[in-house]
Amino acid sequence: MSVKTVPAKGAGKSIGSFLAGNSVPIMFILICAVCIPVSGFSFTYLLNEIMSRLGRNAFLILSLLIPIMAGMGLNFGMTLGAMAGEIALIFVSDWQIWGIPGMVLAMIISVPFSVLLGLFCGKILNMAKGREMITSYIISFFINGVYQLIVLYMMGPIIPISHSSIKLPRGYGIRNTVSLLNMRQSLDNAVSFRIAGVKIPVITLLIIVCMCLLIIWFRRTKLGQDMRAVGQDMQVAKDAGIDVERTRIISIVISTVLAGLGMIIYLQNMGNLSTYSSHSQVGMFCIAALLVGGASVDKASIGNVFLGVILFHTMFIVAPNAGTKITGDSMIGEYFRVFVSYGVITVALVMYETKKRRAKAGNGRQLQLEQEAIK
Amino acid sequence: MSETVNQTNPSFGKLIRKAVQSFGLPRLIIAGFLLLLFILAPFVNADLPMQITNTINRFSWNAVLVLAMVPMVHSGCGLNFGLPLGIVAGLLGGTLSIELGFRGPASFFISILIATPFALLFGGGYGWLLNRIKGGEMMIATYVGFSSVSFMCMMWLLLPYHSPNMVWGLSGKGLRTTISLEGYYDKALANFLQINIGKLSIPVGTLLFFAVLAFGMWAFLHTKTGTAMTAVGSNPTFARAAGINVDRIRLLSVIMSTWLGAVGILVYEQGFGFIQLYNAPFYMALPAVSAILIGGASVNKASIMNVIIGTFLFQGIVTMTPTVMNNMIHMDMSEVIRMIASNGMILYALTRKTEVRR
Amino acid sequence: MTTANQTAVPLLEMRNVKKDFFGNQVLTDINLKLNAGEVLGLVGENGAGKTTLMKILFGMDEIRETGGYGGEILLNGEKVSFSSPFDALAKGIGMVHQEFSLIPGFTATENILLNREPKRHSVVAEVFGERFNKLDRGAMKQQAEAAIDKMGVYIDGEMTISQMPVGHKQFTEIARELSKDQLKLLILDEPTAVLTEHEAIALLDSIRGMASRGIAVIFITHRLQEILSVCDRVAVMRDGCLVQDVNAKETSVQEITRWMVGRTVAGTEASHREIREGKVIMSIRRLWVDMPGETVRDVNLDVFEGEILGIGGLAGQGKLGIPNGVMGLYEAGGKVLFQGKEIALNAPRRCLDASLAFVSEDRRGVGLLLDESLEWNIAFPAMQIQNKFLKNYLGGLVKWRDEKAIREVTEKYIDELAIRCTSSRQNAKELSGGNQQKVCLAKAFALEPQFLFVSEPTRGIDVGAKALVLNALKKFNQESGVTIVMISSELEELRQVCDRIAIVSGGKIAGILPATDSSEDFGMLMVSQVK
Repeated sequence: MSVKTVPAKGAGKSIGSFLAGNSVPIMFILICAVCIPVSGFSFTYLLNEIMSRLGRNAFLILSLLIPIMAGMGLNFGMTLGAMAGEIALIFVSDWQIWGIPGMVLAMIISVPFSVLLGLFCGKILNMAKGREMITSYIISFFINGVYQLIVLYMMGPIIPISHSSIKLPRGYGIRNTVSLLNMRQSLDNAVSFRIAGVKIPVITLLIIVCMCLLIIWFRRTKLGQDMRAVGQDMQVAKDAGIDVERTRIISIVISTVLAGLGMIIYLQNMGNLSTYSSHSQVGMFCIAALLVGGASVDKASIGNVFLGVILFHTMFIVAPNAGTKITGDSMIGEYFRVFVSYGVITVALVMYETKKRRAKAGNGRQLQLEQEAIK
Repeated sequence: MSETVNQTNPSFGKLIRKAVQSFGLPRLIIAGFLLLLFILAPFVNADLPMQITNTINRFSWNAVLVLAMVPMVHSGCGLNFGLPLGIVAGLLGGTLSIELGFRGPASFFISILIATPFALLFGGGYGWLLNRIKGGEMMIATYVGFSSVSFMCMMWLLLPYHSPNMVWGLSGKGLRTTISLEGYYDKALANFLQINIGKLSIPVGTLLFFAVLAFGMWAFLHTKTGTAMTAVGSNPTFARAAGINVDRIRLLSVIMSTWLGAVGILVYEQGFGFIQLYNAPFYMALPAVSAILIGGASVNKASIMNVIIGTFLFQGIVTMTPTVMNNMIHMDMSEVIRMIASNGMILYALTRKTEVRR
Repeated sequence: MTTANQTAVPLLEMRNVKKDFFGNQVLTDINLKLNAGEVLGLVGENGAGKTTLMKILFGMDEIRETGGYGGEILLNGEKVSFSSPFDALAKGIGMVHQEFSLIPGFTATENILLNREPKRHSVVAEVFGERFNKLDRGAMKQQAEAAIDKMGVYIDGEMTISQMPVGHKQFTEIARELSKDQLKLLILDEPTAVLTEHEAIALLDSIRGMASRGIAVIFITHRLQEILSVCDRVAVMRDGCLVQDVNAKETSVQEITRWMVGRTVAGTEASHREIREGKVIMSIRRLWVDMPGETVRDVNLDVFEGEILGIGGLAGQGKLGIPNGVMGLYEAGGKVLFQGKEIALNAPRRCLDASLAFVSEDRRGVGLLLDESLEWNIAFPAMQIQNKFLKNYLGGLVKWRDEKAIREVTEKYIDELAIRCTSSRQNAKELSGGNQQKVCLAKAFALEPQFLFVSEPTRGIDVGAKALVLNALKKFNQESGVTIVMISSELEELRQVCDRIAIVSGGKIAGILPATDSSEDFGMLMVSQVK
């Protein structure tokens, strides 16, 4: 049998395609390379910050991987998990259970909430196949409304909240900020040491490593394989007897649960909970970070997560200072980093859609060439 | 066939179910809710004429922004989540007209004039982009809107504005977050032919302005090009086979939407009395999107009637809920209710099976 | 092989199987027997009912959704009734469809064992359910290799599908069916269509190998030579009936062709018009069209002014690609001259401006605005191309839709073509298939073209509507002198309407004959260079 081989690409071309394929991370490396010296931060300070943010964010970003695997794109609905985590933390702080026991309890409480929200989100997304991203994005707004209804009005009169430090003075609803001071970095500090002045939060990192191993293991399970199949071609998967709808729902539920746990890790590092705003930005920044790490809408790896956290947060740390130094205005850098986050997501979405279209474009040239050959 | 037998005697319940289906359950709930608010208002001592005035006022501020949804829906580009891009063009027009020293109601029209080239430019680029990513318009539109707003956040600080009414007093540069329009185009339209009957006051000028634009849109949809736009949205392959340049029509629709967005924000500002910069335009697309959906539009069908009904219902709820709820249970849940209702409406529309075949 | 099992209970038996789609009889009393290890060649023109028959056998959903079937199917003497393809699979029936059903990013091994992967048991699965078992990659590799061995054609199990040549994808599908232990009967639906010559030979060897292992094979193809070389028996279908069931050794390509296309029912008579070898109105040179599934290669064709030219051929051979390519709907290359002037390809507008019109075979996708009124559907192209039905205001600056003129023209065509509708304002999607087709014709007529392509005008519509549509076309040709090129899979229909008929085979024109020539001659052309 004659098998037509793909014409081998020259070495120069492969460098070009490497650059094109990784344009986003490379652009960020350049931005960081310019901004780090300008910002004037010491190397130790930077490393410390990055390490702290790595521990804070990596778990959350890992929660995005599974829906991408199942072909459902960037899960803007991870905010749902974040809200579940916050509700759990509100309860735990009302009961005054602090430290690591408090965290563990919060994690346990968050799971049923996350599962419920994940089921809801997954069901809706199954009704909106082909536009999962915009739908999950709107779901996050919708559930945010429900969250506010619960936290702002039902907590107090309907759901018992006793502790006055978290309740609004009017007698119902939760304060804008819930202090988690007694829980602050309890996980990070449980076992930690410093290398050259850089604090290493051992337990947090261990949990993240475990999560990575879990994801690697998950990919090798039957369910993981089914998700990859569903992600690539729903019809074929269905014909082979895979329950497509259920598989998609499971992937969203897993993602939501992980996001809930991730949010608790995130907030223990921050040390306080902004009841009405913590979750709203978290989705956007996590997605931006993942994309900065070189992921795309249909493909993301654990490597992308870590590269993304490091690059994105380096930019995040240095941008305000660098902006001030360059333009003399402290707000410029703040706005710049927000712009970059949105810009990166926009670019990634555009690249994904154009790639999808290009893949559809036909093989007309091939036909023409064949015909010329006959001549 | 057996189905016909069942249909011979349609019961009353079935008729209702059919009506609900065609109108859409969420829409019915929202309309019913608003009706309930109006009925409840006198009982809870809410000032009804005042409420109606507010509703009409807010309608007049927002209607053009909702109208900006129509062209893109017609051409099949979906709901214009990228409305902030048009808003940015409008903000540039407004601030530049002030910077250039125009005053009084005339500055409103100067603002539109200045905003127009920006809207054409932005709309052109945006339309070109959307033509390259057919099928993924809505998500990308959202992020194009966000990117443009966050980019302009930097620009408001950096652009060399000098008018003392607009820049920060202390540093003398960088625009303020909120700029008062007093002396400029504050109520430029609203005060024109305003009717006051007792407590009721109607901003006829603004309503007329909207009516002119709405009529223009209606008329456009009756022209040859307008017909082509509807056909492109209804079935792009059909339109292509009929010799229509689909990309050009889509581009035109995006430019129109963007321009209407720019005009829409200026109309909003003249009613509201302030220009809001920086993060303000971020979430302005969502109310407009849900308004037109509440009015009966779907992802690929929208009419002027949808705009009018939708804006009225949406703004009615926004103005009525706080007062009625407050007077009733002494809790202001309006914001939360608005969030759930409007986003619920968008979700409902997105999950309908109105997928255009490509 | 044939004689060995003759006395035993046949593996598969169909008794009086019939099927209608809403009163439209598509299968009539099919009786068929197949023994283990036997290879049956199933041939017939498109629409003869092969696919429907196989769908019934395979328990496809659409059969049940359209009212099930009549008669009975027996497997090993036992009556079966499958409620889904999975039931059929469980009973040992495998099917390789024309369209690939493969996950592009998976390797051949992963695809062969899709959703049947061997698993390694783990503790986690005890708690969370079976799907948390790890895949046993080693066992997967072994099983896939065993299946590939069984097939007898080597493919690389580790290769990703998206990087495979198309033939290997086909073999991956076959290996997937073979990897099912219970497989007793394999249905291959035109498997050689995408294969190179070498690969096709390898496949035929592989079929022989399967048969010797006791697997029965139903082999559907248009390449009659292949049937003769590999099958034990040949079954020929025509118009929903099984017209012949003979030993492959006792027949020939010519004979099969005659059975395929020959009509026993008289009453249809070819049109007997003088062939006007007059002025060439359109000449097509070296046309290629990239239309998926209907690729056109190097077509040269002249159309005479005022004639009705038919283009026929089997499905997938490229006949549909010709009008779609000329009219700019799919990427095309080559040269098309219309009235001596070259028409730009890939630009629908240019063709329409040159007063060409096209009625597409894809009614719902290309032909209609389903969500709009009949008025819009009929008037739209004429309005956009020729500025008809418009009122000019402000010196032509504003071109206003003339609703009255639109209604008039719509009502005119509703009368003329007897379109059944409640009003001219009714939405196109609410009409029946036949009436939708008439709307498509009206749309083209409203353009008052000089040249009309009509693609599959009678596909999926009932007999009454068929006659009406064909007569309307004839009348349009005679009264307005419009040159018509009609593309259809139904040869008889072409012979009724057309003056000359070109047969497309393998993406090329295999020959052009007067409509009065015998069916067998056309049949020979149809299968002449099938790819």
